[in-house]
Amino acid sequence: MNRDAPQRLFARLVRLPPFLWLAAFFLLPVVITLKISLSEPATAIPPYLPLLDWQGGLEGWSTFLEALNLDNYLTLARDPLYRDALFGSLAYAGGATALLAALGVPLAYALARAPARRQPFLVALIVVPFWTSFLIRVYAWIAILKQEGLLNLVLLKLGLIARPLAILNTDAAVMIGLVYAYLPFMVLPVYAVMNRLDPALREAAADLGAGPTRVFWSVTLPLALPGIVAGAGLCFIPMVGEFIIPDLLGGSETLMLGRVLWSEFFSNRDWPLASAVAVLILLIVLGPVVLLRDGLRGEGERP
Amino acid sequence: MAAETRLRLEALTKRFGAHAAVDAVDLALEPGEFFCLLGPSGCGKSTLLRMIAGFEAPTSGRVVLGEADITGLPPHRRPVNMMFQSYALFPHMSVAANVGYGLKGLGRGAAAARVAELLRLVRLDGFDARRPDTLSGGQRQRVALARALAREPRLLLLDEPLGALDRGLREETQGELRAVQRRLGTSFVVVTHDPEEAMMLADRIGVMDRGRLVQVGAPADLYRRPASRFVAGLLGDVNLIPGRLGPAEADGTRVVATAHGPVRAAGPADPLAEGAEVVVAVRPESLALGAEGLPVTVADATFLGDRVRRLLRLPDGTPLRASGPPGEGGAQPVGAETRAGFAPDAAVILPA
Amino acid sequence: MTPVTRAALVLGLAFLYAPILVLVAYSFNASSLVTVWGGFSTRWYGVLFADEPLIAATWVSFRVAVLSSLIATVLGTLAALALERHGRFRGRFLFTGLVYGPMVMPEVMIGLSLLLMFIGIGFDRGLATLVVAHATFCTGFVAVVVAARLRGLDPTLEEAAADLGAGPLRVLLTVTLPLLAPAVVAGALLAFALSLDDLVIASFVSGPGSTTLPMRLYSRVRLGVNPEINAASTLLIALVGVAVLAASWLTARRGGTG
Repeated sequence: MNRDAPQRLFARLVRLPPFLWLAAFFLLPVVITLKISLSEPATAIPPYLPLLDWQGGLEGWSTFLEALNLDNYLTLARDPLYRDALFGSLAYAGGATALLAALGVPLAYALARAPARRQPFLVALIVVPFWTSFLIRVYAWIAILKQEGLLNLVLLKLGLIARPLAILNTDAAVMIGLVYAYLPFMVLPVYAVMNRLDPALREAAADLGAGPTRVFWSVTLPLALPGIVAGAGLCFIPMVGEFIIPDLLGGSETLMLGRVLWSEFFSNRDWPLASAVAVLILLIVLGPVVLLRDGLRGEGERP
Repeated sequence: MAAETRLRLEALTKRFGAHAAVDAVDLALEPGEFFCLLGPSGCGKSTLLRMIAGFEAPTSGRVVLGEADITGLPPHRRPVNMMFQSYALFPHMSVAANVGYGLKGLGRGAAAARVAELLRLVRLDGFDARRPDTLSGGQRQRVALARALAREPRLLLLDEPLGALDRGLREETQGELRAVQRRLGTSFVVVTHDPEEAMMLADRIGVMDRGRLVQVGAPADLYRRPASRFVAGLLGDVNLIPGRLGPAEADGTRVVATAHGPVRAAGPADPLAEGAEVVVAVRPESLALGAEGLPVTVADATFLGDRVRRLLRLPDGTPLRASGPPGEGGAQPVGAETRAGFAPDAAVILPA
Repeated sequence: MTPVTRAALVLGLAFLYAPILVLVAYSFNASSLVTVWGGFSTRWYGVLFADEPLIAATWVSFRVAVLSSLIATVLGTLAALALERHGRFRGRFLFTGLVYGPMVMPEVMIGLSLLLMFIGIGFDRGLATLVVAHATFCTGFVAVVVAARLRGLDPTLEEAAADLGAGPLRVLLTVTLPLLAPAVVAGALLAFALSLDDLVIASFVSGPGSTTLPMRLYSRVRLGVNPEINAASTLLIALVGVAVLAASWLTARRGGTG
């Protein structure tokens, strides 16, 4: 397309505001965080070293660069606390993602198989909780899971247990919270893919002698895989850095990176170490982000 | 194939709310027959096909295959297979896996041999490992056919089998479809909205209109002896000349008094009383210009190579279409006044 | 629908809604012991409306959400236009990363890095830093919603306007934006809701006088279940419920597209 000068100027003006804003408030802060993650903590304001001496010229730059080091990352690698937090984050996020797939796929399938005219309403029902406060949704589980909470009350009444179960502040509570809070993020992309599948594919499989179970495993599920991958990405990525759920539902031994970062920053005031943890979280989600982007791009290219 | 492959539909009905998509259809299919359900979209032909396949449960009536009532059987238990309009090839499976999908009960070796045999039948040997999205439209259609034939169905249902193909490919494919059907002797039921496709493929055609099966017969019979204006118009171009029915003649023809003079045509299938309002249906190629017939003016003539198409007008302006070999009526330029006649057995009298 | 899929739907929806319903029910509990039912009462709503710090925090959250969603809507719409309508340009890869990056960036990282920068440049924390932070992380969400609508929009409409002599600004204002309006509104609502809901980022960038509602709720919630918080939650849920109903009623009335 042949575009003339005023049009090109206009295009530039359109992208300039978001570009400047995001460069200043997203890119620059991330670069600063990277830099601080390579610094040493200090009892000062701001509490880290080195500070770049702007007036120092080339000399100032080189002393600045020489003072940067990987000590914080070595600490992360050596200290069992951080190692456990890393593995904890991966285990919780990975486990919850698997659980979400196991629960979300059947739910999405049921949604896609519901009468077409009722589907918009049912989708809305899945989405509405997402619009209510995340904090409140997690908080709601405290009243259910705690020692004298509703779940134990019901189980005791039914005679299924003799003594109240300790669920709150355990791994199980964190898992329940993660699955609950992120369920729509798994269901919706899977539903979107399943809903677009040509119903004739399922019919063809049934026509060729496959019972409902074989139809699901051999046709519906493989074809819904892009949706499952997208859903897994949408759940896994934020869960790795999750703070609220492990903090409210987990116990003191529930170690996840988001929570460790929080306490390093707010309690220990070790900003460089907190920055290193942040960078670590970023590195973990980078792979899934690329996977998710490719998956979504593939979606978009379909006619 | 034995007589047991006969399909019988008994008062088959499907209602969606108050609307009857399929309304009390009775039909018996001969073994090894190539049958075509023809009708405009929304006439219920696809619903009928889906009830035979088991995808829709009939509101009432029965589907009987051989001696067995299969009305309540789910699709995966029916000895009937379907070729879908979109082909519905599994995009995540190879051609061989698609064709072999229905052969689960067979051993691995036997299934592989059967797949190879089917791919040979549809002339796709060597395409085993290809994915459906790397195939052309015609190749996909053949994979769908092979897949639907894999389980040796006693009845094969085809939903608009040529609909997704472009024109050149359609003629070639319809020939192939007929050849495969003759070789296997399986009964085929095709659904289509395209009369040309129906006439190219079928031994018999059943015409559907608003849920009802209105006429069943061989393509030539339906074309020449339509039982209604709807069937006459569906199967091709037709001139409908209104008039009043005269008495029955000894040779079985009847005279119809039109506004422009009497014409003689084959009698109506339904007995109609003398004096009834009727139309005479004449195909354009049966209309000949000459000394006999109704007075017309040549309003337009289009040369089409193998024939000439003329637009004629009766004295009151009613248009008639005629088509014939270029030589015939060559002396009739636009504006000429002449007469248009037809042989009595080339026209039918239909209720108005 | 088979009995199995029906059961899956019922169970799934029950799982999603049961905790919320429990919360709502307990907000009307007369007893201050959460698990003991002491009869129906609205006393906690009275306590809630007398809770000055909570009301102040609500006001902070509201102002931040309005301002930041406005900024995010403008920036996100411009970003979507740049990505979908002005095609190729140098730095497109970087630009895309900047727009969509904040959506996948862990919240703790966004909060921490913004705070580190604000401190680095000596910017006092308060309402302004909250607005900046929320606008930054909401821009991508607005862009996604608007870009999806733009992709579904026939570009020949804009070309026709240009062909009839409209300059790029006039095309934008008279053709593109009116057609985009539903998506822009949806994006703005999403940004508003995200800002109102955020705890993590706000905890990093807020100042002494600018505690938001989620921060206030969080500090109470950490101490355990609290009937006053149940009442506050119920009001928030009711608000969302009304908003969703109104939105679906509006879209249904307009013919249900977009």
